[in-house]
Amino acid sequence: MTAHLPVLIVVLPLAAAVIVPLISLASAKAAFAVACLTLAAAAVASCKALSHVLAHGALRYELGGWAPPWGIEYVVDPLSGGVAALIALIAVCVVVYAGPQVNGGSSARGGMFHGLFLLLVTGLLGIVLTGDMFNLYVFLEISSLAAYALLASGGIRGTVATFRYLIVGTIAATFYLLGTGYLYALTGTLNMADMAVRLTAVMDTRAYGVAVVLIVIGLAIKAALFPLHGWLPDAYTYAPAPVTGFIAAVMAKVSAYALFRVLYFVTPAEGASAQALMLLGWVSVIAVLAGSILAMAQQDIRRMLAYSSVGQMGYIVLGFALGTPAALIGSLLHLFGHAVMKGCLFLAVGGIRWRTGIYRISDYAGMGRRMPLTMAAFVVAALAMIGLPPTLGFFSKWYLLSGAVEAGAWLFVIALVLSSLLGIVYFFRVFEFAYLKAPEAGQPTPPRQELPLHMLAPILVLTAAVLVFGLLNQQVVGGIIRHALPGALAP
Amino acid sequence: MRTPFGSAVLDAACRLLVPFVLIFAVYVIAHGHDSPGGGFQGGTILAAAVILIRLVHGQDAIWGLTRVGALRLACGGVAVFAGIGFLSLLFAGNYLDYGVLPLPLETVKVRVMGTLGIEIGVAMAVTGVLVLIFDALTAWGEED
Repeated sequence: MTAHLPVLIVVLPLAAAVIVPLISLASAKAAFAVACLTLAAAAVASCKALSHVLAHGALRYELGGWAPPWGIEYVVDPLSGGVAALIALIAVCVVVYAGPQVNGGSSARGGMFHGLFLLLVTGLLGIVLTGDMFNLYVFLEISSLAAYALLASGGIRGTVATFRYLIVGTIAATFYLLGTGYLYALTGTLNMADMAVRLTAVMDTRAYGVAVVLIVIGLAIKAALFPLHGWLPDAYTYAPAPVTGFIAAVMAKVSAYALFRVLYFVTPAEGASAQALMLLGWVSVIAVLAGSILAMAQQDIRRMLAYSSVGQMGYIVLGFALGTPAALIGSLLHLFGHAVMKGCLFLAVGGIRWRTGIYRISDYAGMGRRMPLTMAAFVVAALAMIGLPPTLGFFSKWYLLSGAVEAGAWLFVIALVLSSLLGIVYFFRVFEFAYLKAPEAGQPTPPRQELPLHMLAPILVLTAAVLVFGLLNQQVVGGIIRHALPGALAP
Repeated sequence: MRTPFGSAVLDAACRLLVPFVLIFAVYVIAHGHDSPGGGFQGGTILAAAVILIRLVHGQDAIWGLTRVGALRLACGGVAVFAGIGFLSLLFAGNYLDYGVLPLPLETVKVRVMGTLGIEIGVAMAVTGVLVLIFDALTAWGEED
């Protein structure tokens, strides 16, 4: 059974994705139950695979019995297993939050929502687990197409924003495909491990440089790294709440994971990839600052969170660029932490909008009394985003900072600290409105309007995760992330 | 398509063409493993036949393939694909390793039959999706 886990993690949601719309024609509740159970099974399978891998070494799976490098290979190593478990667990939270009728302002019919959502999860898990460059492209397209359809279900503005994302995203995928084509022409293989061996012989050719540039640009667009982030704010702002919650939490992270996988596990450490990383470092410093400054300027809370995501992607890529063990640990911990925190924030904000229709920060007056638990969850996650101990956000930033100090990159240190300070500014603006500003005089005090349990529970679970994994960060880093570092840097 | 743009000429040409298009589609699907073609291409040709009928005869000639029917076909196709994959798991092979299926044939032939099953699933999915896309593009907003 354990030997088949790598493929089951991907294929279970795929099979459910086509069965759920059919079931929903008969019963929406049954379709929802199947979607929940499948995602729970995928989560259990990925956690089991991860623990197996940590104890016994990487799991490799030959799809269709064809041996690599000819066949497609799925690989669970500590890195891919960890990210897969993260995706599956957050997917479970989000699908429960969405509920059988899909709350949170979605116009998508339930069955289609759950089918597309499962397809999106399939795509993301596939990207993470595949050991094949072209297979990665296929899953990139699967996840993107499902994401377009989900994002577009948020009304007319969502559709327009998504159309732009569709065009930009397709261009990005094409960049990645072109780069992969160049690498295939150079090495004659698509298997990542095999390609890594063969690339050292051809790393001086110009075609290799072009390939690295194309792949990095393609994945940077998908990850919404600063100058290439144009599609993100609108797409996140106008989508239904559960969709934004999931996509903001993990989708850009998975592209960042792919970038890490290619630059640290496939391409040789010197040459074009090192130059690409150096450039990415400077770009991400700008991303960190620009994202935070743009977030400060927003009136719509969803837009503020979207721009804050742009800044946070900068942190993750910054760590990749620094390349010291501490910085990489920081990056991967932030990849994990930011997924949990941003998922929690978007779900909370989406819930508030669903309940009260409020999404402008200036209308948040008295929200601390109207929806105390949701706002409390928002505050905890926001403090983690700022980086207050003992939350997860503090420790990832701490590792990133010590990595930057270790590398002697003082400008990066300044950017990291500055952007945390900016984070205080834009999140405390929300706190001020929610807790300190009284509702306008003369207005009757609005009653307590807490979210229903199935929406509140996932938010609180994610909030608890922010605190618990913050306290357990030693175990997470020592037990998983250290083993996920590329060979030369691993202990 | 609510209104057809058929005429006597189109109607006759369509009646003549469609049977051959269908046979060619089946040939492309069935012969996909040792000549150019396969499920995707065959499914496209199959969908072309359905769409041709819809263009010429309009909404009346849905051929039993309503929107929900097309959705069922598309989902069913992927389910066939995934199902054959799971079937090979049951018989102690790897996912999609359909050489292990217990058919009374030699191993190579079993692989061919497995491939055919996969191709049929792909063809169903492609046909369903293309018809769905056509219906969505030509809908006048009366469905929703």
